[in-house]
Amino acid sequence: MSANSAREAVFGKIRSALKDVPKSEQPDDVAVDRSYLTASDESRPELIRQFIERVEEYRAKVRTTSPDDLPRVIAESCADNGIRSLVVPADLPDGWAPTDLTLLREPGLSIDQLEQAGGALTACAVGIAQTGTVVLDAGPGQGRRAITLLPDHHLCVIFEDQIVGLVPEAIARLHDAASRPDRPITFISGPSATSDIELNRVEGVHGPRRLEVIVVASSA
Amino acid sequence: MSRHAPTTRAELMSRDVAPLPTNAPAQPFPEAARISLADVQLRRNMGKVTTTIRAKRAKAVAEMPDWEALREAGRAIKDRTLRHLDHYLIQLEQAVTRAGGKVHWAADAAEANRIIAGLVQSHQTKEVVKIKSLTTDELGLNEALREIGVEAFETDLAELIIQLAGERSSHILVPAIHKNRAEIRALFRRRLADTENLTDEPKALAAAARAHLRKKFLSAKVAISGANFGVAETGSICIVESEGNGRMCLTLPRVLISVMGIEKVIPSWRDLEVYLQLLPRSSTAERMNPYTSIWTGASAPGDGPEEFHLVLLDNGRTKVLADSFGRQALQCIRCSACLNVCPVYERTGGHAYNSVYPGPIGAILTPQLVGVHNAGSLPYASSLCGACYDACPVKINIPQVLVHLRGKVVEHKRESLSGRLAPEALAMKTLGKVFTSPKRFERFQKLGRLGQRLKIHNGMIESLPGQLGGWTAVRDVYPVAPETFREWWLRRSESKTSPNREGQS
Repeated sequence: MSANSAREAVFGKIRSALKDVPKSEQPDDVAVDRSYLTASDESRPELIRQFIERVEEYRAKVRTTSPDDLPRVIAESCADNGIRSLVVPADLPDGWAPTDLTLLREPGLSIDQLEQAGGALTACAVGIAQTGTVVLDAGPGQGRRAITLLPDHHLCVIFEDQIVGLVPEAIARLHDAASRPDRPITFISGPSATSDIELNRVEGVHGPRRLEVIVVASSA
Repeated sequence: MSRHAPTTRAELMSRDVAPLPTNAPAQPFPEAARISLADVQLRRNMGKVTTTIRAKRAKAVAEMPDWEALREAGRAIKDRTLRHLDHYLIQLEQAVTRAGGKVHWAADAAEANRIIAGLVQSHQTKEVVKIKSLTTDELGLNEALREIGVEAFETDLAELIIQLAGERSSHILVPAIHKNRAEIRALFRRRLADTENLTDEPKALAAAARAHLRKKFLSAKVAISGANFGVAETGSICIVESEGNGRMCLTLPRVLISVMGIEKVIPSWRDLEVYLQLLPRSSTAERMNPYTSIWTGASAPGDGPEEFHLVLLDNGRTKVLADSFGRQALQCIRCSACLNVCPVYERTGGHAYNSVYPGPIGAILTPQLVGVHNAGSLPYASSLCGACYDACPVKINIPQVLVHLRGKVVEHKRESLSGRLAPEALAMKTLGKVFTSPKRFERFQKLGRLGQRLKIHNGMIESLPGQLGGWTAVRDVYPVAPETFREWWLRRSESKTSPNREGQS
């Protein structure tokens, strides 16, 4: 069957299968009741508390800090984890990068360099309190997907105002990135894990074995 | 492909058995189930894992104040999609093409395999890496690739385990659920390098898989995946996973081929907000799975595959769509919650279904994909208890569809000569005659009362003779009462007319 005829065959079968659907019916005529929650009514402090608690429940580590103190906390985190070489995206905000280790700055790092790096430092697009998730969308300070995948440690910085309550709030924020080929989206909830052996959760299979999130207070 | 029906547990699990959907009828469920039930280790493993995951899921769901509203939205969005499937597929095709992806259409498994094999061959590679995908299992893709000299490496831990063992999947989400840690350790020590000192700690076993697959990820030119969702509005494809093997396959190779059943399309970006809540809590019982990847078309240079192919697959789905009641089986988001709560699945495990889609969802999806004549025993692989319907995050009314399909099985049998001559049909015919005449009915009861004397154990009849035996093969029947209602009624009205009765009133 030629490529075109396969397409036509499938559409022909779909249309004859849907004979019971009235011709006049439009897709939006099929009602979708969206009475589920689309925004959290929790206070900001409560959302941030919940975000931290739920990220930690995935056995990821969370540190909190102020904007001024962020560089010190990043350096401290690298030191605590024994990270001597750190991958950073090309547009990492000024002042974030620690000075007392080897900095591997994008673009152009090889797969080998990523594999051998001690960790990677990035920003993120949005955080979800309800699920303890950080989302990357290749936006500012995040770089390409491989840099948060191959190094064994991912250090992710999130500002309090990037944290939303519920999944629908995050999806709304990601709409623009979704339609762009150059903005792939990755939801990250804890370190890489598997439950394939007797349903025991084991952290660290193919992705980074450790995830650390630094929550930065909004400047008052 | 096996030439005879499996008689041992090893044969039943073996990859040599091509699971449904295929064009040949499968071994009937009761036969296969008997083999599984005899395996004590399997029953212990299955009992343990289904109990664990059931409790976890209940907790993850109880945390959500709007769970029922999410289920209803999840159902309604899929209903909207299915009723206007052509509309959304055209939209998806346009959006993916606009974003630099190439869309292919496959009417059946052979055509999909041909398309994928052609793409792989055009890149002159002998190895591809794969993300766990039921759709590619349905295609028998790995076997098709082997025929052209290409080896497909499964990268999900459980898929790797069963691939190394030469076995079939027994669960939608955790395909190696039938194996415990000791069995996996023994398998890895036999099949993987540098595993002499491997312990049976899940952590150590996962690390062994990581070491084994790392080189494959870094060297593979082509990756093959399924798809959890395809968004018509934006052309985005979504894959939900845990280990990071998915991210590896979606990021490192130069070429990505994703195979997606046509029913996996969803209308709008916003619709993901529903399914990304329903799916993780229903499947792994987590608030969110570790990684969800979403991409649109071909990647930007340096950030993933520069060549992206989307293969849209029918392979029987339009047959399911044509049944306006059975169609709801296509709402399935492959979470596996229905398997974990099913009292039948819990005992038999997945292999007895002989289907890529086991458990309650398999019992309604597979017979519709391949026709009831090829999978007629599956709609009966249920007690109709309804636990699956309660657990289903998109509210597929599995028990009702099962009953609907049982009707179709009976209809089909009625149409064929062998069906009309089957013992059950003959017995029903005889009973039909008996029930239409009161005289015959009474004579039959009297005859039964005489004949049943030696057959009653603990107040029940466990086996009936001759053609009636089919009825008691799977159930006991009550004996005919010492005095039937009709006999009592007759006696009562006779005594009413007698003088002393009249005197009492």
